[in-house]
Amino acid sequence: MTDLSIKQSAISVFFGKLGRHALRGIEHLGDGTMLGLNALALIFRRPWQGKHFILQMHALGVGSLVIIIITGAFTGMVLALQGYYTLAKFGSESLLGAGVGMSIIRELGPVLGAFMIIGRAGSSITAEIGIMRVTEQTDALEMMAVNPKQRILLPRIVAITLAVPLLVSLFDVIGIGSGYIVGVELLGVNPGAYMAELIAKITMHDIYGGWVKAVVFGFMIGMICTYMGYRSEPTTEGVAKATTQAVVVASVGVLIVDYILTSFFL
Amino acid sequence: MIRGEQLSKSYGDVIALAPTDIHVREGKITAIMGGSGSGKTTLLRLLAGLEKPSSGHVWYGDEDLCSISDRRLYELRQSMGMLFQYSALLNSLNVYDNVAFPLHEHTDLDEEVIQTMVSMKLEQVGLRGFEHLMPSELSGGMAKRVAFARAMAMDPKIVFFDEPTSGLDPISSGVISTLIQNTARKNRMTSIVVTHDVSAGLTIADHVILLWQGRIIAEGTPDAIRDSDDARVQQFLEGRPDGPIPFSRSTTSYIDDLTHRPGTVRLET
Repeated sequence: MTDLSIKQSAISVFFGKLGRHALRGIEHLGDGTMLGLNALALIFRRPWQGKHFILQMHALGVGSLVIIIITGAFTGMVLALQGYYTLAKFGSESLLGAGVGMSIIRELGPVLGAFMIIGRAGSSITAEIGIMRVTEQTDALEMMAVNPKQRILLPRIVAITLAVPLLVSLFDVIGIGSGYIVGVELLGVNPGAYMAELIAKITMHDIYGGWVKAVVFGFMIGMICTYMGYRSEPTTEGVAKATTQAVVVASVGVLIVDYILTSFFL
Repeated sequence: MIRGEQLSKSYGDVIALAPTDIHVREGKITAIMGGSGSGKTTLLRLLAGLEKPSSGHVWYGDEDLCSISDRRLYELRQSMGMLFQYSALLNSLNVYDNVAFPLHEHTDLDEEVIQTMVSMKLEQVGLRGFEHLMPSELSGGMAKRVAFARAMAMDPKIVFFDEPTSGLDPISSGVISTLIQNTARKNRMTSIVVTHDVSAGLTIADHVILLWQGRIIAEGTPDAIRDSDDARVQQFLEGRPDGPIPFSRSTTSYIDDLTHRPGTVRLET
């Protein structure tokens, strides 16, 4: 009887914890969505934040250029290497261009690009907003009759939603280009075959699919990272925790949404 | 002008402010004083509309700050200023842009006029010529003086001061106290000053509110507060460790804790 009651209590403790975590997750999801939508609803309200959109595009987008170029280049190079030796077993090296292009445009460009942008720009958004909370800068904005949701959150969400597809496009071009260099210049694949297969196999549907993913990922990163920063506990430890959580939640979110979008586009 | 009606604030089980009625007189300096954790900053933030009360209302004239729209709240705030305890300067902007920030946001003045106004405000706090410095290059005292200049940039009707003299050297502290007093008198500005600096509070205020454990324990003119026969008021004014306000917040016996018998509840309170 005692053993049974212990087992029951352990199970109930487990499900109790699980339930509380699930409820907290749903609560965060609702709160984050409402906060993001409240910020987005201010997009057409005066004062117009155009200057701040551009400033944020520069800080988040231009600031991520180098990391995107490096990641795109090495992703294309490693894909060409792996692809070449796999295709060579079947005597189909000429398909290398199509393989590299499709992998990058459909999957690796949006997903790896999003991961890099989360690490470079997303974490800085959360940390910056969190520090503004700790140092009462958001309260100071409130008291100067400037809505921090309109001034701080909105430009970052819009800027990163626009910046991610641009950066992902660059990732795609660099990746395919570096794949060409490795495949054609180093491994001796026929340049005409590389380009012809690339152009023949990749459709506009693939390109649109990649862009849609990039826009959705950008929006998600903006919503998650601004929310985590704005709702972080106003302590140094709270900001550190929020930054880590933002990177983890946004990365996992990208993978989950990537699966859903991929199954939708195929 | 500003009236708090049965204002209270709780964080979970912790009561930061018990239901309190407060009346801030127009054009006067009201000092809210009390020890650490007495609820004075909470009361200030509630009056400024930075936090929603757990219960009660904050009246600005006939408008309840707790139920007005955001748009109206921001309109009202254009005639308010606030000096934060840790300055809260915008880190990405230099001294000039920080002080000019409210002017850039809410006026269509020419940059030349704004430059003149910023110079005047910085001259008041003795920092003219430091416009190009970033907040990270300022000492705590200088940052507070810049924050004071920023709070005054729009010549507000109502200004909230959260610990305006804490962390300042005696000269800066005296200058800030004098500035608050002079500006309030000259502009007929309603000022609410939260401080635990007894000397500064009693010197500059027209009306003093003393808080302890989230409740008002005394209220009146500085002279009335000085002459109060309430033992708690006198202990606070004189800064004595012994008296009705205990210095130690521990609820268990010190000897029992030292002899590893924790949990015994101390009898005296």
